Amino acid sequence: MSTGVPEPVRIRLPWSDADLRRVKSGDRVLLTGIIYGARDAAHKRMVEALDRGEALPIDVKGQTIYFVGPTPPKPGEVIGSAGPTTASRMDRYTPRLLELGLKAMIGKGYRTRPVIDAMARHGAIYMAAIGGLGAKISKTIRSAEAIAYQDLGTEAIWRFEVEDFPAVVVYDLHGGDLYTQNQAAYATLQP
Amino acid sequence: MREIHVDRITQAVRDMVMDACVNLGPDMVRALDRARQTEKSPLGLAVLDEIVENAELARAERIPMCQDTGTAVFFVDVGQDVHIVGGLLADAINEGVRRGYRDGYLRASIVGDPFKRVNTKDNTPAVIHADIVAGDRIRIAFTAKGAGSENMGRLQMLKPSDGKEGVTKFVLETIKLAGPNACPPLVVGVGIGGSFDKVASLAKHAIMRDVGTPSHDPDVAAYERELLEKANQLGLGPQGMGGTTTALAIHVETYPCHVASLPVAVNIQCHANRHREVVL
Repeated sequence: MSTGVPEPVRIRLPWSDADLRRVKSGDRVLLTGIIYGARDAAHKRMVEALDRGEALPIDVKGQTIYFVGPTPPKPGEVIGSAGPTTASRMDRYTPRLLELGLKAMIGKGYRTRPVIDAMARHGAIYMAAIGGLGAKISKTIRSAEAIAYQDLGTEAIWRFEVEDFPAVVVYDLHGGDLYTQNQAAYATLQP
Repeated sequence: MREIHVDRITQAVRDMVMDACVNLGPDMVRALDRARQTEKSPLGLAVLDEIVENAELARAERIPMCQDTGTAVFFVDVGQDVHIVGGLLADAINEGVRRGYRDGYLRASIVGDPFKRVNTKDNTPAVIHADIVAGDRIRIAFTAKGAGSENMGRLQMLKPSDGKEGVTKFVLETIKLAGPNACPPLVVGVGIGGSFDKVASLAKHAIMRDVGTPSHDPDVAAYERELLEKANQLGLGPQGMGGTTTALAIHVETYPCHVASLPVAVNIQCHANRHREVVL
């Protein structure tokens, strides 16, 4: 990373209340511990299970979900390319998981207002990984296992053991919004 | 008449697909280097550095630079003096995609039906646009088109009275709405003119052009520069995290249109701008 931005904050997962409160919009973080991977199809299936009154295949309480669908690993590799996918496609499902105690999400791009409000209500944060950084991010994943919905292939629920996984805090617990704040700082033209 | 066997097409497509996904082209490498010289936001610059490092790692270890290895989109110019033998052109291209995505450990991202949504497991079928042109060669241009950026494209049938001002506003609004979802810094393809279908195709054609190559038409080239300057004043910056590099290039393609119409389409390409072409 270049100079001119503060050094990243190292976080050990699962999140402690103190760490969740400590990180602010614009902070770069390096996450170490367990994160779960899930994207469109897995989210749909999880919420359908909840609608039927069934339990989820993972306990999301206190956990971090990464919106990702990796490429297949080459022989001898843990995982293939594994960058973030667009988070707003999960917005329809996210509030249900927040109700169950999900504390953090990693994706890319904006979240919609109802999700931002639900995060505030439930004390959860949203981070962005750099979109298109799939090769670099794959090197921070020490182990990867499709632990549920394996029939969905890349869209299964994954359990990743990560070390120094890089992300930037977008929506923090204090009303901060990285995208809005930083874009306004450089905007000299409105369409 | 010159003959080309479909096996040659399949082989060329396989090789092109595999290379494009791990090897960011020299046009993009140059454009990102230039952006690193001019980006004003420290965080934006840090993001650009990460993107360049990622591209270098992808090339060195042959890991896809992005996990979304895309819809396989092809523009094929078939010379009318060439005869394809051994099978069908579309089958040959799809077989190349099948082998390339398998042999390159690329992600299968295509569902066979938009409502049933069951993955076809080999990234086929490709999207293939074919034109008959002069000559006895086949030119195949390919892009691995990621959905994060593709989803943020827009098309509108403007009124002729909206004019250039209306087109500019539409393009800038589209870029602004796309924001971080489309993974800036972007390459933006703008189609203007033609019909509803033609304008979308123009916009897609525009993103296939080598970054840094202006339009042949000096007026259009000047408009491309104007749009780029304005896009970079929007403040989105790399990954929408603020900055002065929102787009690396804006490519405009125009076509004659009806007296009553001013169609405009914007197709957005992310910084993982994977495109290749081969001539057989």
